[in-house]
Order: sequence, then C-alpha cells, then structure tokens
Amino acid sequence: MTIGKINSIQSLGALDGPGIRFVVFMQGCNLRCGCCHNPETWALEGGDEYTPVAILEKVKRFKSYFGSKGGITVSGGEPLLQADFVYELFSLCHDEGINTCIDTSGSVLNDKVIKALSVTDRVLLDIKYDNDEDYLKFVGCSIEKPIAFLKSLNKMKIPTTIRNVVIPSLNDNEDSIEYLNGLANQFGCIDKIELLPFKKICKVKYDDMKLHFKFDHINEPNKELMQKLNSKIIL
Amino acid sequence: MEHSNWNGFKSGIWQNEINVRDFIQQNYKEYKGDASFLSGPTERTSNVMKKVELLFALERQQGGVLDIDTATVSSLTSYAPGYIDKDAEIIVGMQTNRPLKRGVNPFGGIRMVRQACEAYGYKLGNNVEDEFRYRTTHNDGVFRAYTDEMRAARKSHVITGLPDAYGRGRIIGDYRRVALYGVDRLIEEKRKDKAAIKNFKTDTIRLNEELYRQIAFLGYLKEMAAMYGFDISRPASNAREAVQWTYFAYLGAIKEQNGAAMSLGRVSTFFDIYFERDLANGILTEEDVQEILDDFVIKLRIARHLRTPEYNELFGGDPMWITEAVGGMGEDGRTLVTKSSYRILNTLYTLGSSPEPNLTVLWSTELPEGFKRFCAKVSADTDSIQYENDDIMRPVYGDDYAIACCVSAMKVGKQMQFFGARCNLAKLLLIAINGGYDTTTGIHIGPQMSVLEGDKLDFDAVMERYDAYIAWLSELYVNTMNIIHYMHDKYAYEKIQMALHDTDVHRFMAFGIAGLSVVADSLSAIKFANVRPIKDAHGYIVDFETVGEFPQYGNDDDRVDFIAKDISHKVITELRKTPTYRDAEHTLSVLTITSNVAYGKHTGATPDDRPAGAPFAPGANPMHNREKNGALASLNSVAKLDYADCRDGISNTFSITPEALGRNDEERIDNLVSILDGYFANKAHHINVNVLNRETLMKAYENPEAYPNLTIRVSGYAVNFCKLSREQQREVIVRTFHESI
Repeated sequence: MTIGKINSIQSLGALDGPGIRFVVFMQGCNLRCGCCHNPETWALEGGDEYTPVAILEKVKRFKSYFGSKGGITVSGGEPLLQADFVYELFSLCHDEGINTCIDTSGSVLNDKVIKALSVTDRVLLDIKYDNDEDYLKFVGCSIEKPIAFLKSLNKMKIPTTIRNVVIPSLNDNEDSIEYLNGLANQFGCIDKIELLPFKKICKVKYDDMKLHFKFDHINEPNKELMQKLNSKIIL
Repeated sequence: MEHSNWNGFKSGIWQNEINVRDFIQQNYKEYKGDASFLSGPTERTSNVMKKVELLFALERQQGGVLDIDTATVSSLTSYAPGYIDKDAEIIVGMQTNRPLKRGVNPFGGIRMVRQACEAYGYKLGNNVEDEFRYRTTHNDGVFRAYTDEMRAARKSHVITGLPDAYGRGRIIGDYRRVALYGVDRLIEEKRKDKAAIKNFKTDTIRLNEELYRQIAFLGYLKEMAAMYGFDISRPASNAREAVQWTYFAYLGAIKEQNGAAMSLGRVSTFFDIYFERDLANGILTEEDVQEILDDFVIKLRIARHLRTPEYNELFGGDPMWITEAVGGMGEDGRTLVTKSSYRILNTLYTLGSSPEPNLTVLWSTELPEGFKRFCAKVSADTDSIQYENDDIMRPVYGDDYAIACCVSAMKVGKQMQFFGARCNLAKLLLIAINGGYDTTTGIHIGPQMSVLEGDKLDFDAVMERYDAYIAWLSELYVNTMNIIHYMHDKYAYEKIQMALHDTDVHRFMAFGIAGLSVVADSLSAIKFANVRPIKDAHGYIVDFETVGEFPQYGNDDDRVDFIAKDISHKVITELRKTPTYRDAEHTLSVLTITSNVAYGKHTGATPDDRPAGAPFAPGANPMHNREKNGALASLNSVAKLDYADCRDGISNTFSITPEALGRNDEERIDNLVSILDGYFANKAHHINVNVLNRETLMKAYENPEAYPNLTIRVSGYAVNFCKLSREQQREVIVRTFHESI
C-alpha cells in the first residue's frame, strides 16, 4: 500500500468543497505561489506518514456529519504529487460511499493523476491569473498547465469548481473575471466559480518559518470589491 | 369530565385525569413548512420593548440591580400588582410592584439576602430581620447538621456551589396545568391524594403536610391572579388566557422561590393548540398570536432574583435559566414542532437577541428540514439557542419532558430533581496525589496517606489512589446532598411548583463534576509522557514537569477520550453506592456554568501543563487550544461520554467564526445543520452554538456600553456578554474559536 505524506488534518472544512469536508493537507508542493497560505506544506520531505486505510479509518469517524453533500477533500501542498496515494484513498472512500474532492493547482498531469481523477467526484481547480507572464512570475509554472488539466477534466466530465484568489493590483479587475467566465463558457465541466479574498493571516506562519512572504506589501481586498467582482461572475 | 372552555378540543383521558401530555397528543397540529408565515413585532410590542430597554440600561447604570424592596418578603400576594405599561400589556404580572425591582427571599438563608442587599448599597429591612430571628431557614438547618468533614470539603472547594444558602431550583412546575384545568380542579385532585393517605409514618406524614401546603398555595395563586383581575379557578377559555394562566403559575413559582434555575418547561406546542383554535375561529390573526407570545417573553426577560457577588462568580450574568424546550419528536413518530415552535424562536427577532428565556431546541435527526434550517439561521444570527439530543432523551423521558437549568431532563410534572452543583475532580486528583492534603487551602481532607513517592508519577499507582479518593468523595457528596435536601424540604419547600407535579413524583439527585478535561489530559500525561512531581519545602507536590507528547482530549483520540469516559463512569458508579434522601435516583452532569473560572482559580497546577489558578474548560469541553484536528474531532471526543452515565447532562460549547462555517448564509445554514445532525447522530447530548468573531468579543470587552445586547452561549445557558465579570469575559475570549485558515 502506498504511504502518503500528510502535513495536517482538519476535521471541519466548510470551505473546501460542497458541505462539510474532512480535509487532508498533503505534504509537498511543486509551486511557490505568492499568495500561498500554507507554506508549511511546501517541503517535499517531512509530514506524517499514513496509509490510505489509516486515513480512511479517520474519515469514517466523521461520516455522520457529511450529510448528502459532504465528504473528503485532499488539499495541500499539491495533492497530485502523491497521485497513487490519492487514488488508493479515494477508491476506499468510494467503497464507503464517501464523496471525494481534490483541491489542486492543476500543474501536475500524468497517467497516475488521470487514474486518481477517475475516482474523484469534484475538482477545485485554482486559476490564479489570466496570463502566462503572471503565472510564471507569481506561481512558478506556465498557464498552459492548468488549462491542459482543465481540458482533461472536461473530457472526463468531472464537475469542477474554479477558484480564484482575488489579489489587489494583480487580478482584481474585470478582465480577470471575464477570463474566468470565458473558461466557464468553454468548458462544460465547470459548474461554479469561487472568488476568494486574498488573506494575510498566514503571515505569522511565514514569520515562524523565517520565510519571506512575497505578497506582504499587498492589501486584502475589501468587501465592496469582492461584492462587485462576485456580481460579474456568471456561475 | 367536560368544560365549556374545552370546546373544540378532542377528548381523551386528559379530561378525566391530570394529563397534559395526552391533551397535547390528542390536539396538536404538527408543522413541517418553513418560516415564511411569521409576523414581525407590532408597534405596541416595539413600544413596550423600548421601555424595557430603557429599564435595562438603567439597571446596568445602577451596577446591575435597579432596585430592591428590602422590607417585603417575596411571596405570591405580598406585592401590589406591577406593570411596565398597564394599558399596553397583553400578558400581565410582575414579581414585585415595579419592573426589575427585586424582592428578598430569606427562606433559603437570610445571610445571603443580607449580603446581597449590602453589596448593592441597601440594608435588609428590620422587620424582615426581626421576623427571621425566630425562623429557621434552609441554610440554618443545613449548617446544624453538616459534619466537620462536609464543612472542610466546602471550604477547600472540592465541592462547591452547593444549594445550601439559597433556593435549590431545577424544579419545573407543570405550569400548563393551570391553563388547561384551572386551579380549582388541581386543588380537587390534590385533596383526593391527601385523603388517600392512610398509614402515617415519617414519609407519609411529611407528604401529608406537603399536600396541605400545596393546596394552600394553589389558593394563594388564585388570589394573586385576582389582584390582576383574573379568575384562574377555571380553565383558560382562549389562547390569551392560556398564556396568561400559564404565566401566572410560573410567576407564582418565582415569587415564592429563588432557586438557582427556575425553568419554564415545554409550553410552546401546548400554547399552539389554543392559538390554532382561536385562529380557526377568527378570534386571532398571526400578528396577534406573535404579539401575545412576544408580551409573554418580555415578562420572562425581566424576571430577576437577588444574588450576591460570590454567587455571580459561579453563575455569571444574572441568569434565571427560564429554559423552554422547543421541538423534538413524539413517540408516535410525528414531530412536536408546531408553528409556535417557530414563533417562540421568532421572539429573538421581534424583541432582539437575548439570553432569556433559555431557548433549547430538542434536536432529532428526524426533525422537519425547514425547522432545522430555521434553528440554524437563528443560531447564526443571534447566538441565543442551545441544542439537546431528543433522540437519546426521548427513549428515557418520553416525549413530554423539559430541561431544567441547562441540560437536566425531566418529565414535566412527573419528575423533579435535587440539585447538587458539582465537585472538582482536578482538585481531587491533586489531593489524592498528596495523600489527603489540599495545597491551595492547606486543608487536610479525605483519607490521610503519604504523598506519592518517586521521581516519575506512575499511572497505575496514581489511578489506585484516585479511585480511593473518588470513592471517599462520592460517599461524602451524597451524604452532604442528603442533608441539604432534607433541610430544603423542611424549611423552604416549593409549594407551588410541587403542587404542579403529580403527588407521586420521581426524584433525581443530580451530582456534577468539573474539570473532567483537565483530569483526562493529566492522566493521559501520566500514562503516555513523563510527569515529574515537584515538591515544596514541606514535601507536598505543588507542580509538575511534563516531558514528552501525550494524547489530549478533543482530538478524537480514544486513548485519552476513554479516560474521560471511564472517569465519569467511575464517579456515578461510586455515587450510586450511597443511598439518597427520599430514594432519589443518582444522576451526574458534566456542566460548569461559568464556574470553570472559579474552579480553576482554586486548583493548583496539574500534570497536563495547566498552571495553578488557570481556568478549566467549561462543561465537557476540551481544554482551550489543545484541539489539533479541528472542530469535528473535538465534537467526537465529547460525544464519547456516555449519556447513560451522565443522565443529568453533558454540556459542550462550540464557537465558530461565520467565515469558517461557509461562504454565504445559505452555506452556513446547510453546514450548521450537518454539524448538528452529525454530532447528535453520534449520541452526543448537548451543544451551545456561537457563530461569531473573537474580535467582536474583544470590542465588547473594551467598550461594554456599545454592546448591551451582545448575547453569547456559555456552558448550558446564554448571557449578555457585558454582564459577565471581567475575568469571565477574558476566559470566554481565550476559548477556542474554530476559524478558517
């Protein structure tokens, strides 16, 4: 059985997928997004080791809270760096009737990932910017990667939520929203777009880890801005 | 038996015997729709409420007590009628002759009344002092009989908050009986019971005298109502009368008794039958119905008892625990949710959020979805309601039980309890380790042994010790309670409340524990980490050095959660070994009210790294900020405590920020319903829900005047945040808030 490296577990996730979610934050990330609020998950080494069965045993203890919508979400870090583990875990969850969800940057795509997606009920896909330049500068990969990933999701007909962190001065404009709406028009698998306000509460984590928080100089978006942008979203 | 005021009701055995449950079952109409039918406040209601708000502000300015009638002993007919606004009121009746003026009630103990008067700048009237010079109070009786050991247990704070100086409370009269039957019928039934007593021995002589007093006080209740212009000797003829009669009965109880918790019972679905009849007959509109309930609830919101500052330290925020149980399911599978279940919750909108009455939703996973969602919305909006698991209580108490105080279930009018506050299990652990010495007070207490030896505390050795001290304390605790309740029956018997019970009543004796999470984590530290005791100059252990990791309660980790469960099981098992006064059934609660702060203050450092004097977690909550896996893991830990062991209730307080509960109102409501369904499906007993930000509390802490109505749920009840002591406020602020990252 594959061993998963896990940074932490949150038994009550109300924001990462439909309903109440048991959220597993996987250890390790291939990107270094400026807005990342989990820098502790970056390192590829470390984390606690669990088998898929061990996580399943934990998830099962929370089944009573899931109702008809909730379930498990793997997040991170980039969970699809450990696609074998996700596949095994989600297969077990499906045997137990537990809804599965992946929160991903869409930057990793290979056969193992496709296999993991085959047992995934929903993908929360981060689309951070509407252009390659910002992607290369503030994420660390080309925008082609998440778009290719999205094409696969569309082909596999996996319900997808597009998530976009609204970062003032970088993507807090109507062009960015237009871009997201355009994706929704182009890819039928997208049934929801979520705008998340950029938050700086994670700054303490950066300070604790003696890491530089690249977006420290950027302010959090205000409510009015979020409302305005949200009103333009078509889904 | 027939009565014209019952026209339109379905007949049943309720006509031939006192049986409110049967009346409800035959006549109520379940409601499965949504909240869209509800009415807002009328202009009249808003105007009365404005006057009340002004009085509340005045009360705050006066330091928490607006006025005291120091010369009149509170009883049913001792004050002239009082009003907020006589012409505008729909439901009338006041504890004294003026709103928010507090009466004095020395039957439980005159010393406490004297101190309470002095604390607010008053002096107890000479006439009252003279009268009670020649009277024995409950408090006098108890202290005549207390042993030295009982006094020492009290003094060392290993048992605290005992009702030995004031009314015991936690008794719920079936106030509905007055509305359904009228007082004359109730008197007639009690006379029959009295006449049926044949063999006269201690028990029956006492009962015979009690019945005499019950009957006398039912007479005074009629007189009290007559002073307000109502004849309650007959059944209520319409909805307004049903609410008024019921309120008079409750009012009689709080005029007579100053019990710690004076709960209301389960009235809303009962009222609904009358409302439906009047709506069908075109006598009332929906707006009228809400208005009647609003006026009733306004009366409940201005109910007050006079307390000492020491009392407030244990039970902060000036509570009355006017607990009203709402919703639940019937034994036949129909829901007991009616439109009036919605209406009573709606008062939190029509009148604004408020800690009283203590609205308690009896949650079942089978409740109609519309009602679940409405409750969740009210919680998110007002932080004013609590939830208790109907699915685990209904099999024990049937479907006409109510909640006394916070979490104490009892069949309305058929069961009562002898309230017993709580013992401090964390302190007891330290006393056990020190061989019968309490390092915080310097009192030797319990079996005297040597201090535990060794550089590292050994789990088995500690447990053996602890078991012995639990056995010792349990016996002492039961005997102490026996004295208290013998004396309360003798000197401060609840005449009205017991008149509204069946004569053959089932009694519980309700014991309690504080510090369960501290004990669980401490024992876990001793078992799984290295705990080195640190001694003072006299050789007593006063601190601990704990090295290594240990599982902590609140993370859904069976290794420690089962320690908590086992300890509660041990305590109730030991308590059951000592017989109780009047053969009451032993029960146990895990509930602290706000006394977790005071308990912590009186307890030395514990092996779980809690420093000396630091507050405990409230009720059955895990210790603050020890939860590593989020809120549901914490809920699962609490859910493992067995309700069969803790029949008097297991209190848990859950605070979450709105942002962490969902991205919008719809999601928050959905998710809160899922959390409640999940928690209660796991057989948990109780939860207080707060949906708010710590920042709001911090602002209210800095500037209380700007937040006069900020209501929050604490252990088993709700309070106006600004009425808590500064220390209690700080403790609430540092509690775990489940936040989004």
